[in-house]
Amino acid sequence: MEFDLSEEQVMLRDTVRDVLTSTYDVETLRSVTDTDLGWSRELWNSLAEIGILGLVFSEDDGGMGAGPEELSVVMGELGASLAPEPLLGSVIVPGMLVARTADDAIRADIIGGLSSGERLLAFAHTEPGDRWPHAAVKTTAVGGKLTGTKTLVDHGDVADTFVVSARETDGTIGLYLVAADADGLTRSAYRTHDRRRGAQVELTGATGTRLGSGDASQVISDVEVATQSALCAEAVGAMTRALQLTVEYLKTRKQFGVPLATFQALTHRAADMYVSNELAQSMSTYFTAALADGDYDPIIASRAKLQICRSGRHVGQEAIQMHGGIGMTAEYPVGHYVSRLTAISHTLGDADSHLARLSGSVSEWDMVTVG
Amino acid sequence: MQLRFTPSEEAFRTELREFFTTEIPEDIRRRNAEGKTIYPDDIVTTTQILNKRGIAVPAWPVEAGGQDWTPVQHHIWREEMALNFVPDLLPFNAGMVGPVIAQFGNDAQKERFLPITRNLDLWWCQGFSEPEAGSDLASLKTRAVRDGDHYVVNGQKTWTTLGQFAKWIFMLVRTDPDVKKQAGISFLLIDLDTPGIEMRPIQLIDGGYEVNEVFFSDVRVPVENLVGEENQGWTIAKFLLGNERSGIARVGYTKTKLARAKKLASEITTPNGTLLDDPAIASRLADLENQLLALEITQLRVVAGSANGKQNPASSLLKLRGSELQQEAMELLADIAGPDSLPVAGVDAADANGTADVASPEWAQLTVPTYLNYRKVTIYGGSSEVQRQIIDKAVLGL
Ligand SMILES: Cc1cc2nc3c(=O)[nH]c(=O)nc-3n(C[C@H](O)[C@H](O)[C@H](O)COP(=O)(O)OP(=O)(O)OC[C@H]3O[C@@H](n4cnc5c(N)ncnc54)[C@H](O)[C@@H]3O)c2cc1C
Repeated sequence: MEFDLSEEQVMLRDTVRDVLTSTYDVETLRSVTDTDLGWSRELWNSLAEIGILGLVFSEDDGGMGAGPEELSVVMGELGASLAPEPLLGSVIVPGMLVARTADDAIRADIIGGLSSGERLLAFAHTEPGDRWPHAAVKTTAVGGKLTGTKTLVDHGDVADTFVVSARETDGTIGLYLVAADADGLTRSAYRTHDRRRGAQVELTGATGTRLGSGDASQVISDVEVATQSALCAEAVGAMTRALQLTVEYLKTRKQFGVPLATFQALTHRAADMYVSNELAQSMSTYFTAALADGDYDPIIASRAKLQICRSGRHVGQEAIQMHGGIGMTAEYPVGHYVSRLTAISHTLGDADSHLARLSGSVSEWDMVTVG
Repeated sequence: MQLRFTPSEEAFRTELREFFTTEIPEDIRRRNAEGKTIYPDDIVTTTQILNKRGIAVPAWPVEAGGQDWTPVQHHIWREEMALNFVPDLLPFNAGMVGPVIAQFGNDAQKERFLPITRNLDLWWCQGFSEPEAGSDLASLKTRAVRDGDHYVVNGQKTWTTLGQFAKWIFMLVRTDPDVKKQAGISFLLIDLDTPGIEMRPIQLIDGGYEVNEVFFSDVRVPVENLVGEENQGWTIAKFLLGNERSGIARVGYTKTKLARAKKLASEITTPNGTLLDDPAIASRLADLENQLLALEITQLRVVAGSANGKQNPASSLLKLRGSELQQEAMELLADIAGPDSLPVAGVDAADANGTADVASPEWAQLTVPTYLNYRKVTIYGGSSEVQRQIIDKAVLGL
């Protein structure tokens, strides 16, 4: 039983932390997220240089060959710093889909481009009316021509290429690469409440290149589980920082002539935030370790996400409350953490939907246990 | 990162499981599973079987009869006991006074008390709390005044759990009233047969009698029964209370309760199938299971991080959440029992709570007294508020 990070993982964490904290304070963050792009190309290049963009891809494809543990380490730092760079949406998620389906030539080309920071992709999957875990995939693929509407495409605003899920004539699901400038593809970009970017994509007979053959449902499911784990790690990074900020604030802010930390009505709630945060950390670690073991179990994903959503909401709401008015302002970071945690909780299923999945399966096991 | 047990840890688990399931009598384990453990017999029998094997008190120092186990092995031992329905060993012996004597006692005390404490030939009870000294334990007033080679003890202890079976009591007493309150306390061992001691039962809300109040008037205690130095009692108390918290999460125990709740819910029919098909019940179960899993992993993190043998302040988290989850499991069982939980005894006022001879199943009749009884777990062993206070001070620095 070993919960500590390896020496290399600690180095990775510290390197990423250095890069991110030397780039972002809350003011820089706001000015960067106010640009059209919403994130920093400069930081992106630094991340490419230190190997973060290619982190999880195999060395043969031009990546670093790291696994889920390293990804969680990096995501935790992104969460703690609130860095808006679209590592998941533009690189990891579409990259994992490509890596698992494409033939050698396409794979090397795309993964190489993603790792070096030259290319940005996006996964166009959900459609109007979808709500996790349901994905209708009504977009059709007929003779390599795709038609349909893809909503909520994470960082679809800047993608040069989309990975699009589509229903084949035989009812199976295929994945297609579609160039962003292809005829028959239009996109409408939007900004999210946590100051990220996305797009809706309309396909009207756009030409796509099929990735691999056979039904892609299992690949999509596995990548979704891996994405979920990355989001959980990011959320833990964010809530840990929100808790730290709150504890520091209780120690320094004075009212009635004494620090707020003198008031037990507040400190006991801070203790409960700590408990929530630790439980979330435990479940994120558990989830990551399962993936590292090759176990892409959606039930473990639901278990982790349920706890992360619950803890994130508890820690986030209490963090704002205990800061009082300052916690409400855009100038102060705490609210931004809460916004990010809320966005994560609404991505790939919230507490209620994961609890519903678990309760629907509850008779399949006698006793809950690790492993 | 590695969340699996090693093959040798797995082998250790299998060996323990085999021992528990073959050597601890089936009827004792069944009674424990059904919440009908017989005191003191089942505990004594169990302890003596374990002690014969050398695993009744693994956490004690090796020279006192403990085991040179890793923290993970201790964890596996605790969990396997619970998962196989081996009754909890008497905490006052195994978890409290034994380690105290091993750590602070003199050679004569070790020789005299450790073997019979380990084997439960001597049943101890804990005399810390007083009517005016609960969470603020250091304000205790029971006085011990030196008179030649005796202390003369006067005062009152309360909440003395299972004192009715005890032969001896270990006590915190005030030996110096004129110094800072923590500085004037001593740790005394007292034979309950000494003249001047009276024990009276207190009935709890479950109808049972598991706690007592104990009165001391001019009780003469030989000075040789002082553990450690005079006025060193608070240091000993802190050592003891720290031990008390570890293992108090009782994850394995709660697991068995949730598994039982699930099984029972699946056996109760409703117009739409079974109670387990009711989305509200299924969701409560799944939710509790998940919280328990999160606590289990957190416990493993604490265990894996405590290799240096130091108390981890995160153990307060385990006590806090562990006690809450025990309570929620009991509450769920009572709600699953529903109206069948109403009868608990015949009409004779002398009948103890147990079961009435009616159609409501026995398990259902036992649920609400148990639920009520378990309100205690967030109060004793350092209340939830006290645990939050420890987290604030020791972890968050507030
Ligand atoms: C079933 C049972 C068995 C027990 N067995 C034993 C035993 O065998 N031996 C023994 O010595 N004792 C035993 N105890 C006593 C137990 O340790 C005390 O009940 C406990 O320490 C709490 O003290 P109290 O009951 O006086 O409550 P109080 O200390 O009066 O507390 C009342 C409430 O106020 C809260 N509170 C107190 N101080 C603070 C504070 N500073 N900040 C915030 N909240 C606070 C408490 O958390 C609690 O909610 C037992 C208790 C029970 C219920």
